[in-house]
Amino acid sequence: MNGGSVDLAVIGVGPAGMSAAITARKHGLSVAIFDEQNSPGGQIYRNITGLGSDRLASILGEDYLAGRPLADAFADSGAIYRAGTTVWRIGEGGVSWISAADSGETAALHVLVATGAMERPFPVKGWTLPGVMTAGAAQILLKTDQTVVDDAVFVGCGPLLYLLAYQYLQAGVRIRALIDTTDKSSHIAALPSLPAALLKPSYLRKGMKMLSAIRRSETPIHRGVTEVDFSGTDRLQAVRWRDRVGEHSIECDHAFVHHGVIPNVNVTMATRCTHRWDEAQTCWRPETDAFGRTSLDWLTVAGDGGGIGGAKSAALSGEIAALGIAYDLGRIDRSAFDRASGRLLSKRRRDLAVRPFLDRLYRPAPRFRAPVDDEVVVCRCEEVRREQLAKAVQEGCPGPNQLKSFTRAGMGPCQGRMCGHTVVETIAQLSGRSPQDVGYYRIRMPIKPVTVGEIAGLTASQGEPS
Amino acid sequence: MFRLLEATGRPMTAIKVDGRTVQAEIGANLASVLLRAGFQPFRTTPVSGEPRMPYCMMGVCFECLATIDGITNCQTCLETVREGMVIERQLGASPIKPAGEGAP
Repeated sequence: MNGGSVDLAVIGVGPAGMSAAITARKHGLSVAIFDEQNSPGGQIYRNITGLGSDRLASILGEDYLAGRPLADAFADSGAIYRAGTTVWRIGEGGVSWISAADSGETAALHVLVATGAMERPFPVKGWTLPGVMTAGAAQILLKTDQTVVDDAVFVGCGPLLYLLAYQYLQAGVRIRALIDTTDKSSHIAALPSLPAALLKPSYLRKGMKMLSAIRRSETPIHRGVTEVDFSGTDRLQAVRWRDRVGEHSIECDHAFVHHGVIPNVNVTMATRCTHRWDEAQTCWRPETDAFGRTSLDWLTVAGDGGGIGGAKSAALSGEIAALGIAYDLGRIDRSAFDRASGRLLSKRRRDLAVRPFLDRLYRPAPRFRAPVDDEVVVCRCEEVRREQLAKAVQEGCPGPNQLKSFTRAGMGPCQGRMCGHTVVETIAQLSGRSPQDVGYYRIRMPIKPVTVGEIAGLTASQGEPS
Repeated sequence: MFRLLEATGRPMTAIKVDGRTVQAEIGANLASVLLRAGFQPFRTTPVSGEPRMPYCMMGVCFECLATIDGITNCQTCLETVREGMVIERQLGASPIKPAGEGAP
């Protein structure tokens, strides 16, 4: 096979993937690791090896720069790193991939999925308009190319939204307004989780520092926001919102939206390993044990792709998962495994202590997860509106897969990535069932769109002597 | 309009964006370069012709699609600038081309 044969194939070079590769190599496993981006770091440490500006480094801050030693250790790990490469098939025995220059298959005894998180969809009226993008997208523009835009309106809630606002302020980029959708009832609901969060106070301290810097700035902040939409003809012209006083609007060319992150489940879903609905994080996640082992014996998951825990926990999960794989493949003995994993598991438990508090505090209100306005576009690719979805459910459509036949929702190029969670929660709400009961789209290979030519190219290069 | 926070000092190259010559940093993220060049919209949708622009910048949403060097439906957020790159806007559904005239 032109892609070679290894003990472990890893998908994703973020904190989880890098740590897993380092640990697996330390225990003598051969590792091939794949990533769509051209440099390591994932989204959280995006462009960490190519930053080249001290000013940008100080704007992005120490949590971002923590990715540097990890990326350095990864570069020295001896893992075969295929950058700019898309894995389009994953299965027992290995993965198939394509890049601009090459395509092939890599055989592997075990596969680790570390594909991380994506931002939760923000299905409100006008969210498809040019000018509306996610806060994560805006932060990627800042990290990769120092690209920024003045006078954007920040809409939503959650740590990433406030972090980006903080970074913009540090960079001297003007912010038009912050429209905060944090549910008022969340402050009380999150209180029981506060004592646990105080066990790891550094996260709360950092959060308070960011929020107070935003408050001290000139940025107008609007709280208690219960409804939001975007208007404009061919591009964004205004953000409108509602609070207990009434309706408000502000003119703008750009809006950054954010309602937290969810596991990017397309790869794991395509393997058919068991997933379950996580009500605390309102998302699907693959069912795993503490070591990331799934219901399939050849497949392990590490990092935010297995449930949202943040960058530090993701790196720890990568180490823990790699130890489990090394043990399962018979490369380390039981006592070495227990010794190393015990320490890492308790470290991760401490790091995750803040999570239930954040999950509850920034849980998006139900109407932001399952829209109630019929005009809202649910599936961006096929332009399926909530109205069509509701009509299909009324006509007896039982779930997301049947909805594809009824409406084409989920059948566009993004393969359901952008609408999956909205569709599930909306069907659940309309039919009075739980998301677990409603289920998810059946995701099939290829995991990302590939042309027949690219698959044919694979066959041709396989025939060549390597 | 998107802008650079500060000059990067990276070597530049000329790329073609919808027939126009744009100076871009070699190795820069293509979607980011197109945003700064005022390429708006990136495309219009096959379903209704709605204008769209990058939404996620991480390969998930497929809103930033464009034709690069004759190859349709490329995710510009996953591409970096190369010398001589030619970017064309995709309007609506792409036509079905006779054999031999499609993407290489």
